[in-house]
Amino acid sequence: MSDHEYTPKSKFGKWFNDRLPLLSLASHLTDYPTPKNLNYWWTFGGILTFCLITQIVTGLVLAMHYIAHADMAFDSVEHIMRDVNYGWLIRYIHANGASMFFLAVYIHIFRSLFYGSYKSPREVIWIIGIIIYLLMMAAAFMGYVLPWGQMSFWGATVITNLFSAIPLVGEGIVTWLWGGYSVDNPTLTRFFTLHYLIPFLILGLVVLHIWALHVPGNNNPVGIDIQKPSKDTVPFHPYIVIKDGFALLMFSIVFAFFVFYTPNILGHADNYIEADPLVTPAHIVPEWYLLPFYAILRSVPDKLLGVVAMLSAIFILAALPWLDTSKIRSAVFRPLYRQFYWILVADVLILGYVGAMPAEGLYLLIARVATAYYFLHFLVILPVLGFKEKTLPIPLSITEPVLGGSSNFALAKNKKKFE
Amino acid sequence: MSEKKTNRRDFLFTATYAVGAVGVGAVVWPMIDQMNPDASVKALASTEVDVSSLNPGKTITVLWRGKPVFIRRRTQEEIAEAKSVKLEDLKDPQKDEDRAKDPEWLVMLGVCTHLGCVPLDQKGDYNGWFCPCHGSHYDTSGRIRKGPAPTNMEIPKYEFVNANTIKIG
Repeated sequence: MSDHEYTPKSKFGKWFNDRLPLLSLASHLTDYPTPKNLNYWWTFGGILTFCLITQIVTGLVLAMHYIAHADMAFDSVEHIMRDVNYGWLIRYIHANGASMFFLAVYIHIFRSLFYGSYKSPREVIWIIGIIIYLLMMAAAFMGYVLPWGQMSFWGATVITNLFSAIPLVGEGIVTWLWGGYSVDNPTLTRFFTLHYLIPFLILGLVVLHIWALHVPGNNNPVGIDIQKPSKDTVPFHPYIVIKDGFALLMFSIVFAFFVFYTPNILGHADNYIEADPLVTPAHIVPEWYLLPFYAILRSVPDKLLGVVAMLSAIFILAALPWLDTSKIRSAVFRPLYRQFYWILVADVLILGYVGAMPAEGLYLLIARVATAYYFLHFLVILPVLGFKEKTLPIPLSITEPVLGGSSNFALAKNKKKFE
Repeated sequence: MSEKKTNRRDFLFTATYAVGAVGVGAVVWPMIDQMNPDASVKALASTEVDVSSLNPGKTITVLWRGKPVFIRRRTQEEIAEAKSVKLEDLKDPQKDEDRAKDPEWLVMLGVCTHLGCVPLDQKGDYNGWFCPCHGSHYDTSGRIRKGPAPTNMEIPKYEFVNANTIKIG
């Protein structure tokens, strides 16, 4: 985005930069013009990068002590918890780090939904983001299998069995995934390999995500394009760096609270029982961040259709830039969308809640209604809303609502009417 | 350039792509197939189970190929219940006779056909098995009656070696 040519000051810097323009890249990143109205919902990109690095570093350390074998995995995790110096700390950071990662990614995704960040020209950023989210779910699921507790084993059994719903080849695929006739040692070793690989794939995609972001630049709370960079933007460093840093500090407090005060509250007690292929836990649930999709799976009484519904619920997000027909990005200027947005947030929270409850009676009914509404939102409400909704007038520039006399959008908007 | 005549170069391109595709396939297949069950997994022997101590109304669970197998010595009421069900009431119609060679002995894979959990014995609406994961109900013959599971619980290959021993596999 920065158009100015960068020339290093030192002679060596110039020599090096002519051969590999790393310093030019650093200059681009620090000077990168950022809309000056970004609020704290925009700090989660930086927080997510922090989460990824935390998972990679703690994961590398854990892999030095963990043994990926069905007979030894459970004991090696206990060995980490009891014997390895600070092993308990590193494992609790890694386990809770996964939850923090998902917490941050859900805020990041819902930020995009509210401010329309997925819309043209940012569709590719959005789709790369959805792929990262899918890989995160795969990595989290496989990571949960590694301690080889009861939830690990039965979670792996249930999720891999989803593939058996595919007609004709389903059973063959499941046997191939397992490397046997049930979840067993071959399954554990390959899951460990893939769990180790995926974070680096995510890292690569994050680079593409940021690269694609730096082509059009950031969206912002009013959702309009930058008119005059000199008026509407501030350089990334130091303004955004400091703001991101402060938000990261606040986030770290929440993170540390979980790690030090309630390290097991997000896990499941059954996973401290070693895997037993003869006994399924009475109440089997995935980790909290997968519950909404689990609720969708269970709300459909047919095996194949249940799997199709669950996968569609994720993949439908990739089509969002084309399902949302409204030209206005920010929900601030879309009074109806804003209401449907909050209904969707409530819907997803309800799905998450019933996903943790037994699939019977009233819970099942609620899950079915919430599942139907989820698809209704994306497939009917969003496309129709773009044509029917009477949107509010958008400001002329990012600066206008600020310097136009008031930071209140409504006042600024009325002011424009009088002019 | 606009001429559509096939020339020597087109032939060379096509031949190169074809050979390349075969080569890639030949390299990729071993990478995929290595994940299938290996020789040691396939070689898992059959299991022989002593059932002499099993009284009517009791079930034992044994592990075969990493999966649980239920062996239930059914009571007369259970057999009568299983036989009295009309085939049209079943989601996956199958006669009880076809599932239990000797009606007193039901030998089946204790794996829910929905997503592979182990159903609980003597639970559910049909006095048979109930899967706690997603709520599938099975009857006293292990047939699916209610819930998301698509088929009856599977009957493995088994035989009575003698009056007290069942060989599975």
